[in-house]
Amino acid sequence: MKKNFFSRKQLAVPYAVFLLLFVIIPLLVLIYFGFTDENGTVSFANFLSFFQSGKTIGTLLYSIVIALFTTIFCLLLAYPAAFILAKGKFKKNQAFIMLFVLPMWINFTLRITALKEILTLLEGNLAYHPFFNTILCMVYDFLPFMILPLYQALCKLDNNLIEAALDLGASEFQVFYKVVLPLSVPGIISGVTMVFLPSMTNYVVLDMVYNSTYIMGSLIGSYFSSYDWHNGSVISVILLLMICAVTLFSERFTKSEQEIEKGL
Amino acid sequence: MRAEREKRRRIKNSKQIILICMVFLFLLSGCGKKEEDVIVLRVNNWEEYIDEGGWDLEDAVVLSEDTVILPENGMIEDFQDWFYQTYGKKVKVEYSTFGTNEELYNQITLGDAYDLVCPSEYMIMKLIAEDLVLPFSEDFYSNTEYHYYANGVSPYIKQVYDELEINGEPLSKYAAGYMWGTLGIVYNPEEVTEEEAAHWNLLLMDPFYKRITIKDSIRDAFFAGVSIYQEQQILDPAFLNQADYKEQLGELLNRTDPKTVDAVEEILSRIKDRVYSFETDSGKADMVTGKVVANQQWSGDAVYTLDQAEEDGVFLCYSAPEEATNLWFDGWCMLKDAIAGDQEKQMAAEAFIHFVSRPDNAIRNMEYIGYTSVISGGESDQISQYIEWTYGAEEEETETVDYEISYFFGREYFVTAPEDQTRRQLYAQYPPISVMDRCVVMEYFNPEENRRINRMWTNIRCFDLVEWWKRQKE
Repeated sequence: MKKNFFSRKQLAVPYAVFLLLFVIIPLLVLIYFGFTDENGTVSFANFLSFFQSGKTIGTLLYSIVIALFTTIFCLLLAYPAAFILAKGKFKKNQAFIMLFVLPMWINFTLRITALKEILTLLEGNLAYHPFFNTILCMVYDFLPFMILPLYQALCKLDNNLIEAALDLGASEFQVFYKVVLPLSVPGIISGVTMVFLPSMTNYVVLDMVYNSTYIMGSLIGSYFSSYDWHNGSVISVILLLMICAVTLFSERFTKSEQEIEKGL
Repeated sequence: MRAEREKRRRIKNSKQIILICMVFLFLLSGCGKKEEDVIVLRVNNWEEYIDEGGWDLEDAVVLSEDTVILPENGMIEDFQDWFYQTYGKKVKVEYSTFGTNEELYNQITLGDAYDLVCPSEYMIMKLIAEDLVLPFSEDFYSNTEYHYYANGVSPYIKQVYDELEINGEPLSKYAAGYMWGTLGIVYNPEEVTEEEAAHWNLLLMDPFYKRITIKDSIRDAFFAGVSIYQEQQILDPAFLNQADYKEQLGELLNRTDPKTVDAVEEILSRIKDRVYSFETDSGKADMVTGKVVANQQWSGDAVYTLDQAEEDGVFLCYSAPEEATNLWFDGWCMLKDAIAGDQEKQMAAEAFIHFVSRPDNAIRNMEYIGYTSVISGGESDQISQYIEWTYGAEEEETETVDYEISYFFGREYFVTAPEDQTRRQLYAQYPPISVMDRCVVMEYFNPEENRRINRMWTNIRCFDLVEWWKRQKE
């Protein structure tokens, strides 16, 4: 057997160093700033004040609402598209898949700049519909991230299961509701996590479509640019906690799905 | 035997790990080799704020038959060559840029070392107050050869720098000017009248609902807000005619007490609902495409916007409102910790300031970035030639005015310009004395004021649940 020059462990070193320098250490810095005050003493004041101010809670809710709308519309648009791609006439047709993936190659600020001009043509003055425009651009931005995992999940779905259900007398709706949908849940979950959380902080989109209301991302930015590291960090930590919660929740969900599959 | 092989393998393993780490560190550090006899000068300036060379023939500035400015290289490269020729020493400029004053401040306080930086007036004051800035050497202002800044700075700007005091010391001891201007409104004269654009409350006027942008900057928005709040008092003849009008105006517009901040919050909240957007960079383009009819701009950007629009056949104007305008200036200052007593480095930093202040170089920068240099040229009349070259009326033009900018040059100076230039680029680049009389320098906020004003800003920008609920109920 020919021996490799580097062992597996050694090959992991660059990434480990990268992880340490650019993820772990910044994370520790974030936590340090989040839970200290200006004199460097440990304090939960920043953390508590986040939940006591109506404005910050308002921002959190506003971000969640934007993220919810974005996710729901992405899902509604992406599911049929992914289904057609995976099961329909164009089944596994690389050219059609490319059509959906292609936009991801173009930088999203460029895409939104273009979309903005189209919207101006349609709506006239963009400033009258900031919320609608934000959702539209977010959906446009994040759609590929929803389609791809759904497509993956639906490709894996065995056609025999659908045929069997049909043979056993299920209506088309029942087939979808009882067979296809439950089996594509892992895809839905990973799609949702890839859309929901990023859209809560993607403030560049709001800036570009002239929505002057802050979301979580812009709130953090505004604290940092006024040298308030503590409040900015604490919001980042709160967002991190939310990400952890969502990930844990979805993991449990997908696990139980796998168990069901095994049981079958 | 086996143990030995194990040991050898382990040594080999650790060697490989060290090798990988070294490669990684090498990549991270960038091939950092320094020559001993070269002075390294780390300069940090605004983005797109210096001539980068590469001009086309049609860009040439023709001051007279034998003075044509057509640089090939960028300013930095030219400085390095000039320094070597003049002082016989090599200097290497490590040039970097920043996007906002706050970004620069964060970089400095987080430990990035720059020898020479170019922040705005309030940030310079903040840096000086925090004892981060190195004063100029004693002969910086002596009128000797190569001291282009000392010889050429506009007496008006020099006076502003001398009169602004931080901890009892004049600003000019620590900082030298680079570019300056006013804060005003760019407007489309077909949609907005000159009279309407002459007041900050244009931002609240009904005909322009959702058709105006304002800068997404706390200080600029706050200035507009305070001006609207104090409008009645400022425009009162009794206020205008008092002996210490300028001091009073400055005091009024620098107020940051809770009552003022609350009032401004209320005004800015209304503005937020009524403007097209708070913008950081889209305002210029939106003016040209006609999405908005007016926007808040710094004079330098206004010149650029007006130039761009002109190319598209759109004629815009600029106004410095009658209540007051914010006199801003970006200036060079040396950072104490970075220079760290290095005489050669300090000398190179000061030479850099002088070099960019040489009249022809000041013109290069102005032509390239559209802002106004603080240099009036001293004994050289290149700057006034440049103004004539840029704005002077052609012979066939009938509607001309004699536009006075004597205050800037410290000697009688008029330029004969087309009449519309009194509302356009010339007015933006070199405002008349009437505008300068209502100029206010907005000082830096101390930590407590900073907190108060930031809270106000967050309040304006955050989604207001209570307000929304009330509206739903109605």
